[in-house]
Formats: sequence, structure tokens, C-alpha cells
Amino acid sequence: MYTEKVMDHFQNPRNVGEIEDANGVGEVGNMKCGDIMKLYIKVEGDVIQDIKFQTFGCGAAIATSSMITELVKGLPLDQAVEVSNRQVAEALGGLPPVKMHCSNLAADALKAAIEDYKKRNEQAN
Amino acid sequence: MRRVYLDHSATTPVRKEVYQAMIPYLTEKFGNPSSVHWFGREIRKDVDEARERVANALNAESKEIYFTSGGTEADNIAILGTAYALQDKGKHLITSAIEHHASLDACKALEKQGFEITVLPVDEHGMVNPADLEAALREDTILVTIMHANNEVGTVQPIQEMASIAHQHGVRFHVDAVQSVGSLPVDVQDFGVDLLSISGHKIYGPKGVGALYVAKGTKLANISHGGAQERNLRPGTENVPGIIGLATALELAVKEQQETYQHLVPLRDKLIQGLTAFPDVTLNGHPEHRLPGNVNVSISRVEGEALILSLDMAGIAVSSGSACTSGSLDPSHVLMAMGLDHQTAHGSLRLTLGKSTTEEDIDYVLSVVPGIIERLRKMSPVKKNRED
Repeated sequence: MYTEKVMDHFQNPRNVGEIEDANGVGEVGNMKCGDIMKLYIKVEGDVIQDIKFQTFGCGAAIATSSMITELVKGLPLDQAVEVSNRQVAEALGGLPPVKMHCSNLAADALKAAIEDYKKRNEQAN
Repeated sequence: MRRVYLDHSATTPVRKEVYQAMIPYLTEKFGNPSSVHWFGREIRKDVDEARERVANALNAESKEIYFTSGGTEADNIAILGTAYALQDKGKHLITSAIEHHASLDACKALEKQGFEITVLPVDEHGMVNPADLEAALREDTILVTIMHANNEVGTVQPIQEMASIAHQHGVRFHVDAVQSVGSLPVDVQDFGVDLLSISGHKIYGPKGVGALYVAKGTKLANISHGGAQERNLRPGTENVPGIIGLATALELAVKEQQETYQHLVPLRDKLIQGLTAFPDVTLNGHPEHRLPGNVNVSISRVEGEALILSLDMAGIAVSSGSACTSGSLDPSHVLMAMGLDHQTAHGSLRLTLGKSTTEEDIDYVLSVVPGIIERLRKMSPVKKNRED
């Protein structure tokens, strides 16, 4: 049901954990449907220098979280924010159709983290 | 890699005796039991003999047994067949919140056709309260359908008591005994029920075959059309190899029921004790009135499918009531009906033991689970005591 790539990211997730001095944090999902993703970003000079995730959810939820950290680490914010849920799924070699809408939220979590970063920045200035 | 199959409530392997009994009917004994010639007549005798064996195993009479394509069809014939046969008498049916979808969805289909369904609640252990049934019965009630043992949490209902309540009100009672037959005593006379469903592949028989017990004098309308097989109730050429397999499997399952029970209970209890000893792992279902092979726990702060995948990588086959595995966006209706919160329901794990399960299997599971829980909890943003 899952591609090898999904299983690899599920089994060996990249960039798991928290960033203590993160300057952007985004959380999406809810307990009702059983997926919660939390992304921590450390932005310096408008570039995502570090990114980590914590996820409660199924294999697809964990794999997409892991994949997005790989896709956007080192990217400038304006490029990172363009990454879509669909691209994340494609980078994993696809997801089962039933997972496309419920567990494929990593890009939304990233957008929320970037928004949080921008808000904090505005307040600081 | 060590492989441990703990999903016997999903399906069981066909046992050797059953397989051997079936082989001739897949090869030289191929005749159609409805044929007049020798090839068919021979098979007719064997099908009738299988019916007799199924009847004996359930303490029924041969003409009270109808072969079906499985538990789901047996449930559908019992529920829809009763509704269509008795709709002039009334259009109210009673069921429970934790039924298998075979029953629940049949009731939902009737609801769309103008029937009224009362769904009885369950307590935190998944038990139906017979007093709730008593209160729900009405003048126009035509059927009560409640399962004997639940497929997810293993809770065993007081069928005799509830069947007797229904009968005091002149209402027919159907029980789905798919999960319990072979694990617990199942005797149609003792239960005092009018209709009872069983399935082949849960008792080391083949898939695609089941049976419905229909007590003498219980009128049913047929829900499919096309021939005189099974006395018009279930038209279509008989699944002869399946029927022979079901009869053989059921006979053995009933003969060995006590032995099976004695084998499973200590292993089940060891697994329950071992799992619930880990932090924030709780038992779902009834602590006493439960199937001998059923373990269902919730592991807080982790999600069920992630648990299944992790256990699968360690060679352990189990299932879960999380939304991801229920085929919908909601977690198991059984766990939700028992009042579990979403997180607890999503983190549920069902391990169902069977004939081949050994103590080494249980030890292996208990040695693997803590590492998996720790890994997934570390990954989880959900902290202790989070409620939503």
C-alpha cells in the first residue's frame, strides 16, 4: 500500500524532534482525524537553516513530515512556501488515494511555520 | 525474520483436515448438486450431510441450516429477510452501537427504506444493558439483532438474557456469532435465538462460505433471486467445496472449543498484563466477559497505523481501530461508542490469538513493543494529558 520511499521515511525519519531556539513553529491537523504535525524552523537571512518535525499520525503522516524537511532545508523562504502537499506526495513516489487528503498536510504545516516566523519578525521590528 | 500472526479475528488459515476434506470437491467431485444425474446426485448427498453436521454442531436441525457466502450475507439475509417478511407487522428494528458493519449497514439500508432503527448504547466495556433493550421494545418491533462477541474488543454479550427479553415481547432475535463460535459455547437451543450467523474463515475454514441458522417457523423473505437452492432463500449454485470445508471446520472447532479456550486464555492474559504494564497503555473491552483470544489496548500519544507498520516490520501482524485502518476518516465506531476519546481510539491496537499462538510469540511481542512505543512517542507532538 505504501511505496518503498514512504516506508523508508517512516522507518528512518529525517529531522525528527524540536528546535529549541526555533523562530517559526507551525502545527496543523487535529486529533479527530488522527493526524497532528508540528514543524519547527530556524530561519536566518530568509533561508531555512534548520527544520525539525514532530508528528502524531499514520505512516503517510510521518513520511510526508520527514520528506518536507528534506525538500526545504536550505531553501529561501519564498521558494519553500511554494512547496505543495502534492509535491511532497510525489517526492515520496505517491501516496494511497485515501491518504492524499487526510495525512498529506506537511506543506500546510510548513506554511504555518513560515507565517509564524513572519509574524514574529514583524513584531520584533 | 520471526513471523507472528496475531490477527485471527481478521481471518485464520485453513486447517489441514479441512483442506483435505475439500480437495475432492475441487477436483473429481465437481457435479452440480441440482443436477439429476449421478455426478450431481452424489454431491447433493454430501451437501445434505454437511448441513446435518453443521446442524449438529450448533444443536439445530438440518432443515434449519442455510449455507451462505459468509457471515456478511448471513447477517443480511437475517436482517433484511426479516424486515421484508414482517413489514406488515411493524417497521422497527433494534440493534447495538458496536455491531459489525454487516449488521449496522444492513440496518442503515433499511432506515433509508422507511424502517426505524433503535441503536442501543454500550457501556465503557462495550456491554449492552438488557434493561435498555427491554425499554426499547415496541409494539411494532420486528427484530432485535445483537452480536454475541465483538470482533474488535472481544466483549461478550448476555445473549440468552436478551433473547428471552425479546421473546417475552414476541420479537424475533438474531445473533451474529461469527467471532464466538469455536471460542465459546454456541448452542442455538441454549441461546434461545431465532437466527444465528456464522462464517467459515474465522474457524480455520475457507473464505466465501458461512451459514445462517433459521429456527423452524421463522419466516424470511429472500433478498436475492435466481434459483431454488437453499430452499429459495439463497439462490445460486452451492459453493460445494466451501460448504464441505465449513462443515469440517465447524465440527472440529466445536469439538475442540474447550481446549481452544484453555489454550488461549492464559496467553491472552499474559499479553494483556504485559502490555498494560507499559506506561499509558490501557485495556479496551471487558476485563472478564471477553473472547479468549482477544486483546485490545490503546497506547496513548501514538497512532494505530504507525504501530501496525512498526510491528509489521518486526514480523508481527496485528490490526487497529484507528481511522487509517477503518477505511474512513473516523476511528472505530466500536471504540467511540464505548466513550473513548479520539486520541485513545486512534491509538488502539488489536491482537487476536489463535491455535498456533505460543508463549514464545507473546514473549516476542512484549519484547518488541516497548521500543516501538518509545520511538513513536518520541516523534509525537502530543504530550501527556493533552485532551482533544
